[in-house]
Amino acid sequence: MAKKSLCAWQDLALGAAILAPGSAAKLKTGDWRTLIPRLDEDKCIKCGMCELYCPEFCISEGKDGFFRPNFAYCKGCGICANECPKQAIAMVMEEK
Amino acid sequence: MLKKRVGIEVSLAVAEAVKQARAQVISAYPITPQTHIVEELSTYVANGELDAEFIPVESEHSAMSAAVGAAAAGARVYTATSSQGLALMHEILFIASAQRLPIVMTVANRSLSGPISIWNDHSDIMAERDIGWVQLFVEDGQEATELTIAAFKIAEDHRVLLPVAVNMDGFILTHMIEPVIFPAQATVDKFLPPYKPALKLDPAKPVTMGPVGVPEVYLEAKKQCEQALLDSKAVVAEVLAEAGKTFERKYNLIETNGKKKAKTLFVTMGSLGESVWSAVEGLNEDGEDVGQVRIRLWRPFPVQEFKKACKGAKRLIVIDRAMSPGSVCGPVAQELKTIFYKDKDAPEIVNVIAGLGGRDVPVADFKEMYRLAKKGKLAKTYTLWGVDSNA
Ligand code: SF4
Ligand code: SF4
Repeated sequence: MAKKSLCAWQDLALGAAILAPGSAAKLKTGDWRTLIPRLDEDKCIKCGMCELYCPEFCISEGKDGFFRPNFAYCKGCGICANECPKQAIAMVMEEK
Repeated sequence: MLKKRVGIEVSLAVAEAVKQARAQVISAYPITPQTHIVEELSTYVANGELDAEFIPVESEHSAMSAAVGAAAAGARVYTATSSQGLALMHEILFIASAQRLPIVMTVANRSLSGPISIWNDHSDIMAERDIGWVQLFVEDGQEATELTIAAFKIAEDHRVLLPVAVNMDGFILTHMIEPVIFPAQATVDKFLPPYKPALKLDPAKPVTMGPVGVPEVYLEAKKQCEQALLDSKAVVAEVLAEAGKTFERKYNLIETNGKKKAKTLFVTMGSLGESVWSAVEGLNEDGEDVGQVRIRLWRPFPVQEFKKACKGAKRLIVIDRAMSPGSVCGPVAQELKTIFYKDKDAPEIVNVIAGLGGRDVPVADFKEMYRLAKKGKLAKTYTLWGVDSNA
């Protein structure tokens, strides 16, 4: 039988707790994505609403003042596109 | 030293026991017939007799949620509930055991609606059999007092770290005024030292409790909790023995009464056991070959201890206090039929579901059950004792 578990039950922490902080960074949610957010720089007013609403906290402000996601974590949920006051983000099918 | 016996309502004795156990957080919502316990505790907290945080929540769902949070933060936590209140806690009960939190809860057993009923039976806890908690049943006021204190010691033992439910029959035990001997505070403090959590929420050492259990983890997480529950049997036995020594009583996982090696045994759980005890004594005086087995530990079920107590018996009359509609018999009888399955010397198991929704079952009724069982006149499946029927 192929191994389908993370570890033996004896090796899990008490109550399946996670003992080391920051472990979410190890989970690369980028591979969940089917749609990808595409930014229209002409429409964007650099307000940062998308950064605030992104559930993966993966959007950050670049040197040019635009807010762009880290695609290792962007799961393609489309919340940024929904929240953008200028409809500057389009969710498009990603070619893989 | 002469110990002081006081006549006290059993609910108030349990509150006193929780105070003696130095509970640090009590979160509770009132529900009959449990209310007197937490009402008394709130008074202790208000007047400074108990140094604890009392959280008067807006529902039982919140009571158990607050208990989970407080226990995760490393506090000694107590709550109490009954019937609909226990049902409302349902989803959080599983979380408490899954997170290995040593919460102690009194369940003042009461029937579930509908129809609306505030009276006693075991339908509330039987609907929560599989919550992964240690589940004890007490019979009298002294036991309720001492096992409430012992429950903290069981729950907090690092070999266990699971919540414990102490079941006591609503009204027929909670509202009785009984003579109770309280241990000295120093005795309780020695028996039950302060709780040392194995893991707690601490900003200086952050951990995540209750994360998602992805398919690669969920199964192992469940196995860990189940194993802890199975292994808790030895710790319960050990703590009950120590409680017995400390409080000068005798506590086993399974108790027996009446004639030794009797051919017929009544099996009881909770306060009806006392009525059965009286019936058995009477029957023994009449020369009848009958005894009694009382189940104190229901989860984990002490299979070997139970079988040992039944050795040589030809027939068990199992008294259930709840129905399991659509099944073959009541929940306790189901358990026993399972453990004896394919045993060569398995006793015949007859099941009587009695005292539902507070229906009175006097001593004479148990004698009648015995006579019917002896003549083979009790149903092979189960008998719904006392149900009025036109058939
Ligand atoms: S699609 Fe979702 S995850 Fe990706 S950047 Fe937008 S909000 Fe964040
Ligand atoms: S919310 Fe829209 S307009 Fe604002 S920074 Fe993000 S993409 Fe630009």
